[in-house]
Amino acid sequence: MSIFVDDDTRVVVQGITGGEGKFHAGQMIEYGTNVVAGAVPGKGGQEVDGVPVYDTVDEAVEAEDADASVIFVPPAFAADAIFESLDTDLDLAVAITEGIPTQDMAKVNKRLSETDTRLLGPNCPGIITPGEAKLGILPGNIFSEGNVGLVSRSGTLTYQVVDNLTERGLGQSTAIGIGGDPIIGTSFIDALEAFEADTDTDAVVMCGEIGGEDEEQAARFIGEHMDTPVAGFIAGRTAPPGKRMGHAGAIVSGSGTGTAQSKIDALNDAGVPVGDTPEEVADHVEDFL
Amino acid sequence: MKLHEYQAKSIFADAGIPVPDSRLATSVDEALDAVDEIGYPAAIKAQVHVGGRGKAGGIKIATDREEAEEYAEEILGMDLKGYTVDSVLVEAGVDFVDELYVGVTMDRGEGKPVLMVSTEGGVNIEEVAEENPDAIAREHVDPAFGLHPYQARKVVYEAGVDADVALDVASILSTLYDLYEENDASEIEVNPVMITGDRDVVAADAVMNIDEDALFRQPELAEMAEASYEDDLERKAGEYGFDYVRLSGNVGIIGNGAGLVMTTLDLVDYYGGSPANFLDIGGGAKAERVTQALDMVFSDDNVDAVVFNIFGGITRGDEVAKGINEALEQFDEIPKKVVVRLAGTNAEEGMEILNTDLVEVEKTLEDAVQRAVQNAEEVTQ
Repeated sequence: MSIFVDDDTRVVVQGITGGEGKFHAGQMIEYGTNVVAGAVPGKGGQEVDGVPVYDTVDEAVEAEDADASVIFVPPAFAADAIFESLDTDLDLAVAITEGIPTQDMAKVNKRLSETDTRLLGPNCPGIITPGEAKLGILPGNIFSEGNVGLVSRSGTLTYQVVDNLTERGLGQSTAIGIGGDPIIGTSFIDALEAFEADTDTDAVVMCGEIGGEDEEQAARFIGEHMDTPVAGFIAGRTAPPGKRMGHAGAIVSGSGTGTAQSKIDALNDAGVPVGDTPEEVADHVEDFL
Repeated sequence: MKLHEYQAKSIFADAGIPVPDSRLATSVDEALDAVDEIGYPAAIKAQVHVGGRGKAGGIKIATDREEAEEYAEEILGMDLKGYTVDSVLVEAGVDFVDELYVGVTMDRGEGKPVLMVSTEGGVNIEEVAEENPDAIAREHVDPAFGLHPYQARKVVYEAGVDADVALDVASILSTLYDLYEENDASEIEVNPVMITGDRDVVAADAVMNIDEDALFRQPELAEMAEASYEDDLERKAGEYGFDYVRLSGNVGIIGNGAGLVMTTLDLVDYYGGSPANFLDIGGGAKAERVTQALDMVFSDDNVDAVVFNIFGGITRGDEVAKGINEALEQFDEIPKKVVVRLAGTNAEEGMEILNTDLVEVEKTLEDAVQRAVQNAEEVTQ
């Protein structure tokens, strides 16, 4: 078992003929993901690594029965590509693209509220159910099958923590990068809710960072609705206020919200131990299991 | 990306928002020419990206030429919270009876823009928000439709703005929302909007921040961004296209991915060191970028030791190792000790390539950080 993606997920890659899209489509196929189609305007009829390319997502769904998309489209056109996925009623759209203007995402967010599609990202590494499917750019070889769910805002931090887990034989049920932008689709709470309902996830790791109040809200959700134990990590304890730390969303505003301390306190209040180092996060998970 | 007050005010003025008459000056002579044209009282305002300029001594009101000269001399070249003041805005003083706050920003939680109005203008609005949140009226805008004019009126009335100026304030707010959309702003704030004895409404300050991710479609604003770098290292980072933030410590940090770089900073602090910077080389970096990153960190005089931490997903360890070798082989003597930790994609290939005569190597993040902190301590002792 797992959440959101598995053996049966049928994937269309938007932007499969571009450098990133082509490389990662290949990596996904190598991992065992069912990549059934590509969608690139003007490239219909071509093939990439044996995968048929269509001009529109609609055609790809019609012809290949795709139910999920992964989006490798440059920032200027990415919001349009997400709209295309939403309007085609896919179950899941994973937007890898980094650097989509926030006002574009506000419009996407409005449309998202009117559809049943789950959006993951943007500016995220994607999602992986080890041994079954990977949608995105996560390096498959560091993951192992198991019962720890992981949800994180950051890509490489996810890899670091997964590495600490795998090193100790703590495999993962599903790992999700929700993305580091101010406006994203799937939230911590959405992922936590799904992990709580998943019978094969016995512990969860949540990696947050400074900025916004999503971690605080997630902490309240854990306190009120979760029986599955959760261990936390928060990046950005040393970040000065008013400076954007790489991610567009990772910024502490002057008024004290979004600080690492407020997130750590909220998690501790909900009974979630927060590691000072990634190694300590793995210690906590080991204690749970 | 932040615009300077003078840049934001020129955008306001072009859009028809009333602003006080003003001139930009980079020398005392220019400042005096400006006051001669504008008259007294005149505000002399430091143009730096620092909040609370007034309290820090960066804004002074001159009532005659002697004072104007004194204040211009004092402010130009002064150090304001770490930034050197290169220019001042000389602005006609406004004789006001009332001050308001108005702003437009993105409400992250709602995923929608929000208008804000308060009659408690002229003070730190964040304090107002904390102590008396009801003093700020808010109205969310549906990004698919844009602003309906009634919404600007509604929020102004709700805030309790005097009826005789309410429609003028609503009109300014409506224009600010247009500017917010047209310019891909992340935030626009006017604090204060001044109401004069004649019941005129004037935007006396201007804060305008632009979404850096939208600069590709805002070429004029992108040029202003280049003009507003205040630190040579930040300018260099801008040229290289790195995500870079300068901090005050002495351990230089290079890594890939914002979350992991932040974590590396935190660990430096956790193990008793002090981070000198945040530098994210991004995903898929080739050898050349690695060389540029080391050049950046080496050119910061505060840095005593460096930790280079890569967890490769799309970034490949062999490329990183090549870049580190290239950067360091050009020195007769390595300027600062570099600790390298490579993990993930092609890390083993990278370790084989890496010239270990030039760098120290650690296997885990924790060990690499502790060693770099130790190296920095040895330099300062």
